[in-house]
Amino acid sequence: MKLQVIVNGRAHELEIDAHALLLDVLRDGLGLKGAKRSCDAQVCGACTVLVDGLAVSACTYLAIEADGREVLTVEGLAEGESLHPLQRAFIDAGAVQCGFCTSGMLLTARAMLAENARPTRADVLHYLRGSLCRCTGYRKIVDAVMAVAETPR
Amino acid sequence: MSARPLRVVGRPVPRVDALEKVTGRARYVTDLIVPGMAHAKVLRSPYAHARVRRVDVRRARALPGVFAALAGADLTWCDPYYGPAYRDRPVLAIDVVRYEGEPVAAVAAVDEATAEAALELIDVDYEPLAAAMTLEAALAPGAPLVHAGQPPAGHFADLSTLRPEPGTNICHRFDFARGDAEAALAAADVVVEDAYRFPSVQHVAMEPHAVLAAWDETSALTLWASTQNPYSVRVELAKMFDVPLARIRVVVPHLGGGFGSKTYAKLEPLAATLARAAGRPVRLAASIPEAFQTVRRCASRVAVRVGFRRDGTLLAVECDADYDVGAYADIGPRVVQKGTYTATGPYRVAHVRLAARAVYTNTTPGGAFRGFGVPQLAWALESLFDVAAERLGRDPVDLRRQNFLAHGEEFAPGDTPIDGKLEESLGRAAEAIGWSQTGAADRGRGVAAMLKASVAPSVSEAIVRLHTDGSVTVLASAVEMGQGTRTVLAQITAEVLSVALDRVTVVQPDTAVTPYDQTTSSSRSTAMTGRAVQVAAEDVREQLLDIAARSLGIATRDLALADGAIVSPGRRLTYAEALVARFGMSGGELIGRGVIAPGRTAAPLGGSTPFWEMAVGAAEVSVDRETGAVRVERYVSVADVGRAINPLSLEGQDEGGVVQGLGHTLLEEMLYADGHLLNGTLLVYRIPRADDAPAELECRFVENADGSGPFGAKGAGEGSLIPVSPAVANALARLTGVRLRDLPLTPERVWRALRSSQRTDAR
Repeated sequence: MKLQVIVNGRAHELEIDAHALLLDVLRDGLGLKGAKRSCDAQVCGACTVLVDGLAVSACTYLAIEADGREVLTVEGLAEGESLHPLQRAFIDAGAVQCGFCTSGMLLTARAMLAENARPTRADVLHYLRGSLCRCTGYRKIVDAVMAVAETPR
Repeated sequence: MSARPLRVVGRPVPRVDALEKVTGRARYVTDLIVPGMAHAKVLRSPYAHARVRRVDVRRARALPGVFAALAGADLTWCDPYYGPAYRDRPVLAIDVVRYEGEPVAAVAAVDEATAEAALELIDVDYEPLAAAMTLEAALAPGAPLVHAGQPPAGHFADLSTLRPEPGTNICHRFDFARGDAEAALAAADVVVEDAYRFPSVQHVAMEPHAVLAAWDETSALTLWASTQNPYSVRVELAKMFDVPLARIRVVVPHLGGGFGSKTYAKLEPLAATLARAAGRPVRLAASIPEAFQTVRRCASRVAVRVGFRRDGTLLAVECDADYDVGAYADIGPRVVQKGTYTATGPYRVAHVRLAARAVYTNTTPGGAFRGFGVPQLAWALESLFDVAAERLGRDPVDLRRQNFLAHGEEFAPGDTPIDGKLEESLGRAAEAIGWSQTGAADRGRGVAAMLKASVAPSVSEAIVRLHTDGSVTVLASAVEMGQGTRTVLAQITAEVLSVALDRVTVVQPDTAVTPYDQTTSSSRSTAMTGRAVQVAAEDVREQLLDIAARSLGIATRDLALADGAIVSPGRRLTYAEALVARFGMSGGELIGRGVIAPGRTAAPLGGSTPFWEMAVGAAEVSVDRETGAVRVERYVSVADVGRAINPLSLEGQDEGGVVQGLGHTLLEEMLYADGHLLNGTLLVYRIPRADDAPAELECRFVENADGSGPFGAKGAGEGSLIPVSPAVANALARLTGVRLRDLPLTPERVWRALRSSQRTDAR
């Protein structure tokens, strides 16, 4: 079936299977490898992308559900060479280790900040319950998100 | 040349790979595409133990889109066995399956869906056998034998002394003694003893194991593999396929976490076999449930007796440890002997008897996992130290301090003297947690210490190349798995050669290009690979000084490197100019070489540890008495690291280690029932989330530049994890009076223990 979707600001028209998952369409169909496959069960958040601004697990999200919508992946987070403040903050805070969870963490944080621009640390911890990281112990990830949340814009 | 202040080493610079990781450009194995690549799927055993009467893959092979379908019996054209300690593990089951999830057959097809469909067409006739699922069952008289015969030894010289007990499930015994522990315990004023259990846990690297294997037209093999040990993988494959080492190339892209799960060959042999049979490149990407069926930490039961004199002097330690290494030995025997070797912790003790057994069971193979056998024993010893402190009427901090090995003191004859000051770590941890101050009534505090040897002897080699524009390439095979080793190696090089960090490129490991490195594990990369890189960079530095001395007519001792140039007062020769002076305008490069290969020694395990990893943890906990839920409110880790080459990434390593340690302390355990793993998915196997981490988490470092690594560094990264369980349990015991001996400290276990202690009190 036909899928019309805007990914990172660019319109695509793709022929897909009805059961195709958004993660496979992004990774294999469009070559956007930033979203990662890990738990395959909507638990770990490594595959998180934004659909119309909301965080979804692309590993269990039917691609056709994104028909007519806008998808944002980590590849679309920076504007040209100018990093998104979250990307800058993740680098500066040491919030990146192996990097496998990083794209999901960044997009989850972006969705949260769109909803709540001034979160408390507890808000961030709550929001990140669906994003697992085995490397960092989370502290520096939360620090990075808070650094962006607290920066006056 | 006089010593000058460090410029790049010791600074919290951002990771050199941070930009590619935050933009999604970093490539992991499953992001790679090779033309003509097929996709593999694996049919796994539904039984913990069964005879395999027949595997019929003919219908799978006939399915359109299938390039290869293999069973164990098809592997007549290679040596189908591998394993670093024993070559006991077949690529695909041969005649018998020894654990649920063992690969029985595999398919390579045009896409994953076709490969999965083909698996459905494979017929296997199993005859279920009695299984040994636990240590108790495997050690019972008449227990089902996981391995009937004795497999040949693997490739580790220091395991040439493997001591299996034929006719049992014991695949290795390790014994160590000094003094007379029995007599010393008999004479001790206070003896404490108990048995402690440590669960089977999985690493849960966010990236499950993945391999892409391709044979080329000259029958050379290339693998892109998520491995911590490209050189060990190469050895295994060379043996399997009888191919020269030089014709096997293992390339390691970014790893999505390792923690030990990607040490030694895992899926590489199967991927390479399938690629050969399919006649095209094959990608084999495991799922998280398959990672649970690939490797785990060795569960253990440990009985320890510790004797003290009334004045608090530690007199004797006896330890009997059984480790469950699962269905195949992997590196389990070495986990067992390395862990047991330091069962006495960082303490001075004259009388010691240690005995450990590696025991096969019909479960997922056990192997390396951050801490490598030490967490299991530290859990027991550090818990008992607090029990002893209570019996002696002593403060647990004081009792530890009294018995710590001092800097320079011998741990064991022939091994490296103690190279750190644990009393400093303990003092700082105690102060940070507020040990001497009265805490809130609903909080308890506990401490624990650890000591661990690194792998020895081991070898690291490195090459540093200085190019005509003054930029530098570092060739080394330490694997970047998140820990930050590429950044550390770049910092070391930039420091020695006085160039900006962004002028240094550290090449990803590739056995055709980057030189030998034994393993990325055992916290060794900074100290060993880093030292090799330092020596290689110093080699380039000497060559630069030599060139400048000749061109400028100044003695090398009057020259120094500064900002990409060789300088002496009033004179300056840039590296570019120096290379022109050496090679002319056509160009050339300076190549430096570093080899760190300390060799065998008289130390008990055959090599002297390059450093001792030492750390202290201090926890403050609360408990919900209604539910038994334990919360770690504050945690302080202090590690003796010699020098923090990059304090930011080191802090990140240790924070991650503490939270990973909280996993096996409070949450994690692989549970089996009726031969089946019950919780091998992340839906039901809970690893720590952001809101499980301590609200306050501080990781600090003692830096006395007393390590053998570059700039006085030692290894780090495992130390923070090891004290977590005993520190938390000691805190819980001090808060509630309840002492638990089985991990994890689940709400149910804690609640039951609290209830039973209340009943005891009421009587």
